Amino acid sequence: MTDEAPPRPFRVLPAVTPDNQHFWLGGAEGELRFLRCAACGYWIHPPAPICPICLGRDVHPDAVSGRAAVHTFTVNWQPWYPNLDPPYVVAIVELPEQAGLRLTTNIVGCQPDEVAIGMPVRVTFEERDGIWLPFFEPTGEASP
Amino acid sequence: MRAAEIGERKAVISGVGQSQIGRRIYRDPLDLTIDAALAAIGDAGLTRGDIDGLATYPGNMKTPPGFSGVGITEVHDALRLDLNWYAGGLEAPGQLGSVVGAIAAVATGLADHVLCFRTVWEASAQGDQGRAAVTTGGGGGGSYRATDFMQWTLPFGAPSAANWIAMMAQRHFHEFGTTREQLAQVALNGRRNAARNPNAIYRSPMTLDDYLSIRMVSTPLCLYDCDVPADGSTAVIVSRADAAPDLRRPPVRVEAVGTALRGRPSWDQFDDLTTMATRDAAAMMWERTDLTPADVDVAELYDGFSFITLSWLEALGFCAHGEGGPFLEAGRPMSSGGELPLNTHGGQLSAGRLHGYGFLHEACVQLWGEAGDRQLDQRPEVAVAAAGGGPLAASLLLTA
Repeated sequence: MTDEAPPRPFRVLPAVTPDNQHFWLGGAEGELRFLRCAACGYWIHPPAPICPICLGRDVHPDAVSGRAAVHTFTVNWQPWYPNLDPPYVVAIVELPEQAGLRLTTNIVGCQPDEVAIGMPVRVTFEERDGIWLPFFEPTGEASP
Repeated sequence: MRAAEIGERKAVISGVGQSQIGRRIYRDPLDLTIDAALAAIGDAGLTRGDIDGLATYPGNMKTPPGFSGVGITEVHDALRLDLNWYAGGLEAPGQLGSVVGAIAAVATGLADHVLCFRTVWEASAQGDQGRAAVTTGGGGGGSYRATDFMQWTLPFGAPSAANWIAMMAQRHFHEFGTTREQLAQVALNGRRNAARNPNAIYRSPMTLDDYLSIRMVSTPLCLYDCDVPADGSTAVIVSRADAAPDLRRPPVRVEAVGTALRGRPSWDQFDDLTTMATRDAAAMMWERTDLTPADVDVAELYDGFSFITLSWLEALGFCAHGEGGPFLEAGRPMSSGGELPLNTHGGQLSAGRLHGYGFLHEACVQLWGEAGDRQLDQRPEVAVAAAGGGPLAASLLLTA
């Protein structure tokens, strides 16, 4: 134990706007949210004011389950930011709600060499300056 | 599907030029650009007064450091050009999108001779600070907030195309069994070829052991999978064929171009992360010609990261999708006497990150038989120059 907590890793934060706040603030209520088309149910990410499938204009935020699978990943060894010390895992996860609905994120809660493509993960949020970053951690289930 | 008209065949490349190229040469980027521009104009047998078009990628940008710094305006004014057409910008099918824009301009009669240029000074800009997130800009800290597509990657410590391309490579490794030893062949081939290029940054021999023992940047990409930041400018002159009767030598003809992006314009939402826009650009290019991959004598394929070259090899049909690893490992393509000489100047991995235009420059000098010590024994008649990666890509099929 030391008296001083280690400095928090530097994180670039997003500019929160009316168009993306459902995504970046949803973690305050424990929800991972995306825009969804009211007409056909298609999930829209990144946000856009139109459904790319049916061209419906009635789109609104909705919560997904927070479950995902690692679609691909990389163990980053390059020190890009102060105190964000390598190695850490950057991943693209795919959500079960819709084929191709993906998110770039970090895999936390395990060692980098434990991450594998197909690994089941679930969302876990970290709050920074009122913004809730969605990270993902292993569920502990075996890969399908 | 065949286009009604293959308008790019009205265009030729009449001249090319390069400035001094090096690491941290600390010269003004406009100064470098003027060197390349005047060399290219002279190489074509033209004069300044003949130039009535100007094109560049990505235009003037202050960040990331050294990524640009010279736009249309600076070159236009420094050379006091009288322009009928000009364009510079980042939203294009990769670096060579600017050249395709010039091809379209001369084919439609908007201009006769377009000076196209790409200038980088990333080595000097980075100084001795090590490699920054050169492809992305911003994110240094303070009050900066990520917007647009960067908001989806920067908060997760993934500011660089090294991270994004690495995840594509990892998916390719997963689906097709591709290995680091196979990917290494892109770097080793580049280094072998760079030994015969006096302007290359790195020319000393590299072994597979060297490759496998160097540090990782973002798995599965190691340092030698990433191109080397450099200072330098490359210029090419795109002319309309019938406006160029008095050139110094027969120009390089443009057989077909590919600029398509048929998937989502995104690094992480693209439909198939084992390929890229390379797939679409290459498909479009072959739709516009009767030539086939078997007709290509030399391939100059972007290697900002080694995996992009593998992707281009697959996309262009030199091997099947997923077969890039075994194709590279067989070593058949690469040697100068082989069936598909590749990145004959060393690519950006060894010759320096001139950002796309270096491949076009090399394709032209090989077609002209002017590549010096590295000139292919049998002078090529058909070349591919391709640049870009991720959701940005364009390819050019060129003939002597």
